[in-house]
Amino acid sequence: MNPNRKIGDVILKAENISMSFGGVKALTNISLEVREHEVLSIIGPNGAGKSSMLNVINGVYHPQEGKVTYKGRTRDKMEPHLAAKQGIARTFQNIALFKGMSVLDNIMTGRNLKMHTNFLQQAWYWGRTQREEIKNRKVVEEIIDFLEIQHVRKTPVGRLPYGLQKRVELGRALAAEPTLLLLDEPMAGMNVEEKQDMCRFILDVNDEFGTTIVLIEHDMGVVMDISDRVVVLDYGKKIGDGIPEEVRQNPAVIAAYLGTSH
Amino acid sequence: MEFQFFLEVLVGGLLAGVMYSLVALGFVLIYKASGVFNFAQGALVLFAALTFVGFQNMGLPFWAALIITLGVMVLMGIGIEKIVLRRLVNQPPISLFMATIGLSFFIEGLAQMVWGTEVHGLELGITDEPFEVGGVFISSFDLFAAGISGTLVAVLALFFQKTKLGRALRAVADDHQAALSVGIPLQHIWAIVWAVAGFVALVAGLLWGSRLGVQFALTLVVLKALPVLILGGFTSVPGAIVGGLIVGAGEKLAEVYLGPYLSGGIENWFAYVLALVFLMVRPEGLFGERHIERV
Ligand SMILES: Nc1ncnc2c1ncn2[C@@H]1O[C@H](COP(=O)(O)OP(=O)(O)OP(=O)(O)O)[C@@H](O)[C@H]1O
Ligand SMILES: [Mg+2]
Repeated sequence: MNPNRKIGDVILKAENISMSFGGVKALTNISLEVREHEVLSIIGPNGAGKSSMLNVINGVYHPQEGKVTYKGRTRDKMEPHLAAKQGIARTFQNIALFKGMSVLDNIMTGRNLKMHTNFLQQAWYWGRTQREEIKNRKVVEEIIDFLEIQHVRKTPVGRLPYGLQKRVELGRALAAEPTLLLLDEPMAGMNVEEKQDMCRFILDVNDEFGTTIVLIEHDMGVVMDISDRVVVLDYGKKIGDGIPEEVRQNPAVIAAYLGTSH
Repeated sequence: MEFQFFLEVLVGGLLAGVMYSLVALGFVLIYKASGVFNFAQGALVLFAALTFVGFQNMGLPFWAALIITLGVMVLMGIGIEKIVLRRLVNQPPISLFMATIGLSFFIEGLAQMVWGTEVHGLELGITDEPFEVGGVFISSFDLFAAGISGTLVAVLALFFQKTKLGRALRAVADDHQAALSVGIPLQHIWAIVWAVAGFVALVAGLLWGSRLGVQFALTLVVLKALPVLILGGFTSVPGAIVGGLIVGAGEKLAEVYLGPYLSGGIENWFAYVLALVFLMVRPEGLFGERHIERV
């Protein structure tokens, strides 16, 4: 096994997170740990609070209670662009791409933090700025090759089918070379073949770069296959946490799933 | 002789058109970065021109007045972001649009409160003597104004096509949350864009102000930017250039050649009719991004 894949220390730790929207308790006293280099899946029925949990991690939501420690640092208030700076990249449940921009440009935006020329240097395009563009463009082309989307490089993403859009969104997140990658239902709405491709990409990234991955997924087959660990939420509460085998046999989890249409 | 006259009208129209492009550019900038039509652009033009003239009347030399006004416009851009826009992250575009309406009244009021309401002349020190090229007379002021506008438009066009900041801008306009997630600091981007829009407004205010006098009517200049934007597309800097040229040349030619048959005064409405016709044929403009709604 690749040494990058050896599961390491806790990289992110959420403690007693509680959060509500008006009367709705989206998260109740959730604690969870993410370890370096692992693939952690968060599962649970609709409305369980899975997306809310990801949103708390990268600072889109600010929980009323609890704290998140990432790379040993506890922040009072995480903000999305600060999370990005600290190596957290993500995709969204309802694809959030830049619709009018090409595939290439979308993924280039993922390089934003890797490019350091300032406003005034960019106003004078030639020289440093141009070299930086070319260098980062190369990385982006590699990602495009990896995700097998060369044939649509210049297409505005708004025109692509859903499955490909999901891939581009993954590409944009990968372009940041993240330490921690958060994927909110990366395979939703895909057919079996597309799902297999997506699984392969996710596992390859994890394997090759040791990227820590937290993903939300409804397809149990996929989850059991690719996860090192699984956390189960139901009605905003954590009802299971462990390796896939343990979770599969957890009575509370079985009950939660039998009670719904999954 | 006939042809020379035609050329003269055409060149005059094109040169005037570049000045329309300049005004349109201010809109394009904000539209690119926030997806809204900035209702306050005209107010910014007025404010910039009044401020410049105000400082000049206080006895400051040209360059000093220019630099201080530029500073004021940049501060204003940053201030607008800090006080108004920051609160509107993740809100629908219509909220932002409403905010720019509010801003426009505020800025117009502020400008007149600080600098008064009388009409000021503005002298840029360019003599407006026509000179002759191959039998065609060209106004040297028009040429100067077109040169300045053209350079500015070209530089900004390149800037937004080719750089990280240009991409960041387009990203912010498309999706706030996604932009933040890749580490684009929305607030800096907005501050920069509004500061640059302020700078463009300053240049437009000086050029138009020296032509029309610095007065409240300057805010109306932006109305001519509307057809330019419809022709060129709201999101395209090159579109603003081409749109401006078409409008400028079109209305002058129409005035001269259609004027005698229609009742005259064509220059006042020609651009709007042109834009209207264009809207039916190509609603996204010549260079705008085509929106395809998925159903
Ligand atoms: N921005 C918000 N405003 C109001 N309520 C919200 C918001 N975000 C989430 N909620 C509520 O919080 C609860 C948890 O939602 P969340 O999106 O986290 O669930 P989920 O597990 O991701 O569900 P799904 O599988 O449907 O994506 C739901 O009741 C939802 O309606
Ligand atoms: Mg969800």
